[in-house]
Amino acid sequence: MGDALREGGGVNWGSLGNFLAMGGYGLYVWGSYLVTLALIVAEVVLLAKRRRNAVGRIR
Amino acid sequence: MIAALRCLILRDLRLAARRSSDVLTVLLFFVIVVSLFPLGVGPDPKLLRTVAPGVLWVAALLASMLALGRVFAADHADGTLEQMMLGATPLGVIVAAKVLAHWLITGLPLVLISPVLALQFDFSQDLLGVLILSLALGTPILSLIGAIGAALTLGLRGAGALLSLLVLPLYVPVLIIGAGAADAAASGLGGTAQLLLLGAMLIVAGVFAPWAAAAALRISVE
Amino acid sequence: MGINWFKYSSPQTFFPLAGRLAFVFGALALAACAAGLYLGFFVAPTDAQQGESYRIIFIHVPAAWMSMFLYVVMAFWAGVGLAFNTRLSGMMASAIAPTGALFTFIALWTGSFWGKPTWGTWWVWDARLTSELILLFLYLGFMALQAAIDDPRRADRAGALLALVGVVNVPIIYFSVQWWNTLHQGASVSLTKSPTMATTMVAGMLVMTFGFWFYGIAAVLLRARCIMLERERGSEWAMHYARAAA
Repeated sequence: MGDALREGGGVNWGSLGNFLAMGGYGLYVWGSYLVTLALIVAEVVLLAKRRRNAVGRIR
Repeated sequence: MIAALRCLILRDLRLAARRSSDVLTVLLFFVIVVSLFPLGVGPDPKLLRTVAPGVLWVAALLASMLALGRVFAADHADGTLEQMMLGATPLGVIVAAKVLAHWLITGLPLVLISPVLALQFDFSQDLLGVLILSLALGTPILSLIGAIGAALTLGLRGAGALLSLLVLPLYVPVLIIGAGAADAAASGLGGTAQLLLLGAMLIVAGVFAPWAAAAALRISVE
Repeated sequence: MGINWFKYSSPQTFFPLAGRLAFVFGALALAACAAGLYLGFFVAPTDAQQGESYRIIFIHVPAAWMSMFLYVVMAFWAGVGLAFNTRLSGMMASAIAPTGALFTFIALWTGSFWGKPTWGTWWVWDARLTSELILLFLYLGFMALQAAIDDPRRADRAGALLALVGVVNVPIIYFSVQWWNTLHQGASVSLTKSPTMATTMVAGMLVMTFGFWFYGIAAVLLRARCIMLERERGSEWAMHYARAAA
């Protein structure tokens, strides 16, 4: 693992601005990550709701 | 068993003959859909020649799907299907007979009229043979795969649209290879490989699809 | 040490186990994703050709792998349910489908967002993306079929048959699409022809795959619990649980 770190060198973004800009590809990178996150959150929320409904229908 | 097969096929053919409008509707749908494409993409002969195999194949696929619901629905509605399932003939044989009859009624007419439509697209006359053969081999495969979907959706509300959704992904390989045969022939590579592949798929589908459809029928009816 | 495999084959015993496992795998998923994202954004270097846009692969590839893996697992449980007539197997298959479909959609969305800066178009008809699209249709078909059937037993068994037919067809579909793609070489660009990847990139991808896998297990188990509660509404243990879950 240390090997990989040395080889990869790691990334020094320099500033939050650079990190968000992603070398100009910010829209695409964050567009992907945020939508993925939103979908997963949605799935979890829907599951919680489904469980509540199921329990409610039993009572 | 051959006697049972023949009896079933003749029965279905006779029933279809009495309601010939069903047959003609499918055929007409095919013709109309094919005719819509030039209206949509423009009459440029070069473009039409290129898309002809694909358009004919997609239209045949859609037309074949239109008629699929009918394979089992009528018999299921009046109880004949359950009678057949209780009988001595293996359900797989019954399914194979019905699928064959279905193809003779809906698939074969498409194959026969396809050269006329291909000429409308200025498709090369020498290559018509490959196109017709690809459809002749491919449409039975579509009927066989479609029968599985028809059996699974038997009696469900919205069965028609649901059937399409289930069956279209399974049609993709047949479409790719079938349309690819004429395409390859048109580009000079010869469509023999694709036609042989289609033949192989037909044999495999012919063996496994009736069995799977029979299992699906048992799930749907019991 | 013999494991009684059938001990957990009834909803009553599996339900609490599923809950505990979901919690464990959920925690593991968070840890793995955190590690994977750290590797992806702070260790893996900038790519020479694609710049920073390649970092989408840390979601795209794991999601695609999971979408295919989950379909096979779904078909497996469907087959077990058909063969052994166990209710729980059918429930597991039904529980997997939405999560599988979700991963497929994520793979398609991220694939599209990766393709745009790389190839200039929002959609590329390359073999992998096209196969993913068809896989999405397979998942949705399964879910639609089950939704259309009221009787849960028929729904389970019909869905199972469809899943088995589907899983047999997936390799056929993939190879025919790949063949189609190479034949029409003209416009084809391939997302699979990614540049040679540094070790750190591969590491990040692998860790994220585990993260998605663990998340998938947790989500499926939670959904399976919901299905159990819905279907076993009238049973003792369900009523007992509902009362206690206040």
